[in-house]
Amino acid sequence: MNRITKFIVLDILKNKIVLVYTLILSILSWSVFSLEDNATKGLLTLLNVILLTVPLVSVIFSTIYLYNSSEFIELLLSQPVKRARIWRSLFFGLSSSLLLSFLIGVGIPILVFAPSDVSMMMLLVGMFITTIFVAIAFLSSIVTRDKAKGIGISILLWLFFALLFDGIILFLLFQFSEYPIEKMMVGITALNPIDLARILILLHLDVSAMMGYTGAIFKDFFGTTVGEVVVFAILLLWIIVPFWTSLIKFKRKDL
Amino acid sequence: MKQFLHILVLCSFLNKIEGKQLLVGPGKHYASIKTAISESVANDSVIVSGGIYKEGNIIVDKSIFLIGKDFPILDGQYKFEILSIKASYVVVRGFRIRHSGYATLNDPCGIKVYDSHHVSISNNYLEDNFFGIYLQFCKKCIVKNNQLSSHGTEEQRIGNGIHCWKSDSLQITGNVVSGHRDGIYFEFVTNSVIWRNISFNNVRYGLHFMFSNNDSYISNVFKGNGAGVAVMFTHKVKMINNTFSENWGDAAYGLMLKEISDSYIIGNNFSKNTTGIFMEGTSRIKVESNKFDANGWGMKIQASCMDNEIVRNNFVGNTFDISTNGSLVLNTFNSNYWDKYEGYDLNRDNVGDVPYHPLSIFSVIVELNPPAMLLFRSFMVSLLDKSEKIIPSLTPDNFIDNTPLMHSLKL
Amino acid sequence: MIEIANLHKKFGKLEVLNNINLTFNKGECIALIGPNGCGKTTLIKSILGMVIPTKGTIKVKEQMISDHYEYRRHIGYMPQIGRYPDNMSIGQIIDMIKNIRKSEHELDEELLQRFSLNKMSEKRMRTLSGGTTQKVSATLAFLFNPDILILDEPTAGLDPLASEILKEKIIAEKQKGKLILITSHLLSELDDLVSHVIFMQDGNTLFHKTTGDLKQSTGEENISKAIAHILKRNNNE
Repeated sequence: MNRITKFIVLDILKNKIVLVYTLILSILSWSVFSLEDNATKGLLTLLNVILLTVPLVSVIFSTIYLYNSSEFIELLLSQPVKRARIWRSLFFGLSSSLLLSFLIGVGIPILVFAPSDVSMMMLLVGMFITTIFVAIAFLSSIVTRDKAKGIGISILLWLFFALLFDGIILFLLFQFSEYPIEKMMVGITALNPIDLARILILLHLDVSAMMGYTGAIFKDFFGTTVGEVVVFAILLLWIIVPFWTSLIKFKRKDL
Repeated sequence: MKQFLHILVLCSFLNKIEGKQLLVGPGKHYASIKTAISESVANDSVIVSGGIYKEGNIIVDKSIFLIGKDFPILDGQYKFEILSIKASYVVVRGFRIRHSGYATLNDPCGIKVYDSHHVSISNNYLEDNFFGIYLQFCKKCIVKNNQLSSHGTEEQRIGNGIHCWKSDSLQITGNVVSGHRDGIYFEFVTNSVIWRNISFNNVRYGLHFMFSNNDSYISNVFKGNGAGVAVMFTHKVKMINNTFSENWGDAAYGLMLKEISDSYIIGNNFSKNTTGIFMEGTSRIKVESNKFDANGWGMKIQASCMDNEIVRNNFVGNTFDISTNGSLVLNTFNSNYWDKYEGYDLNRDNVGDVPYHPLSIFSVIVELNPPAMLLFRSFMVSLLDKSEKIIPSLTPDNFIDNTPLMHSLKL
Repeated sequence: MIEIANLHKKFGKLEVLNNINLTFNKGECIALIGPNGCGKTTLIKSILGMVIPTKGTIKVKEQMISDHYEYRRHIGYMPQIGRYPDNMSIGQIIDMIKNIRKSEHELDEELLQRFSLNKMSEKRMRTLSGGTTQKVSATLAFLFNPDILILDEPTAGLDPLASEILKEKIIAEKQKGKLILITSHLLSELDDLVSHVIFMQDGNTLFHKTTGDLKQSTGEENISKAIAHILKRNNNE
């Protein structure tokens, strides 16, 4: 870890919001598992946490942190430090500290109560979701100088991915129910990292329903090892593309 | 009564064991099974020692005992029907029968029994045959403890494991069947019992059952078959204590019922199937004390079903417990345990105080539009489900369990 | 040491720098003056690489600065308004910058001591007054013994004592042969410091003269009067 990243991680870990986030995640996870006698139901509740809370906190916290770091960025920029290095350090710092919170808050309870391949998949997917939404925060905070606007964009993006996107898909499914659009729908889900993550977990959690119904699309694409690798590759792209775009913009930005 | 009859039958066999023994094998009196059979008379025993016998089609047309020692191999060289039994009171035991011919016109088999009664086929291995054991126009026959395996991949290229047609009073017991088209096939077979068989990884059905009234199948295991088990156009079937598991696919069911009436489904275990039970046009069936566990759909009850009773079952860990394709509900649900039930029990009588609606709106949506499964467990769908639970609008409101249990039944 | 050629910068439609051509040499102390919004800070930030020029080139020590960062090792920068992370203490900031610079030069901690910042290194940045923040900025600018010092309104917000300390420091560094670039609108302060004056207006350099030339051509005794003289003359024409 380079010096700047180290400094950022230490700074974030001192941040109360991250502490509270870790605490809330772990209270949620521990209570979910100790209240439910059935570990699968606990996992289902956690799935909602991973698909809603984790992206929301990741994207908003990162956006705010980036705006608040403008002084820090300026200070570093007058020093002999590469611009890309500053931006990358911020990214690694933010994502690694949020990942740490996630692993402490959700990872430990999951491993204690329900260690299985489903829970490993959930952890992996949750880590991807965290990093993806940190990357999205980088993009929305570079788009505008206005902090309020930037946070607004982040919230809208979260709302879009978590809720609106699925509404659109459902609408399309019913509008075009006469046509063979299943394959197209699989393609469209690639446009939403939350959906991709959810389907990955569904394939392990609801294996009986998923392997059967509309068998062709699920089994032939998501159900195979190749499909799973492809999905993870797309998730990786969801980290790389927003961050890369923001990095290019940051390199040309006037401060 | 039936068992008593069989004991009588056995005793009658015992009385007749007075015949001579004809030994077949290398260095024995007879080199070929065919000659031994042709020189035998009723009640004789043809005893075949270990070795490979390629004699084409062997016809047993006398009431003899055909006994293998050290599992002699009867090889059909992929050309012949290997053993044809055309007499009653025949016993076949202890052979390894393999490589029958393949033809779609006359269905060559490992062992085929023609128009006979009191035939017993037991403790044989049947490997890589087109059809395994085939009974037609038979009565009071026993197929017991045989192991049948084949390597079918396409329905057209492979026959059934144990195929029974137009027969009566059969006992199919303790067989293990895999890799055939249908593991066990019953058509126009009455008053028979299928007990303790294991039928797995067959291309189509684990058990295929049509026009066969007054039969029971008990304590069988049907696992990983292409389309599960199909029971159709039949009445008075008893399905007890069977396990239906891991039947996955678009049209795969743990148990598919079509036009069934006056039957019982009791104490079975439906686990990890795409659909546990699929019911179409069934009436007056009692589904009691079954376990539905980790299925995609616990039960799919089509609107054409009526007067079925679903009581005291456990529904645990299914993606959807119940689904239907219409709004008409003529079946009753009572005293089941549903793990998705979120009600309370103030008087602590182990019965929930608010009724349970087992039909979720999303299962209705998926029924209308299968690819919508893509959205399952998304936040939007959870919102839909929650709001529908509070104000039912799309789901039929009489689809209801009035006495849901608070704790699962010990089954 | 610094060569600026054909420098243009537009913020949207607003032309902030319009064809700037300047050369600064070792040992010079240059005052960059002009009315508010004339592009002084943008010019400085362009040299620091914080603002990316629309057109034109800047060379520092014979090296193009575009897409490079190592040249900033030779620059000490004191911003107009120093903005620092709120949660860090003075000590942490200085340590962090030391860490990042990894300078092999001997550190120049004179200002640190004379501003007595070392006595309050535990203080967090958000608790500091504007003047103290400026002291931190000044300390950081001089800390690494850079060959080039860029000071944006260095004495603004400093009390007279601190202001005097800073001036002494600037003179001392100038005598060591460093290039010093100062922006200020308190012209009187610059009299005993600067060797050159650049006057900027609307993104252009109006003139770039040595103080000697300036005083001679206008016949005035100090810089502020000389500039006023020139401006008046320009207005009359």
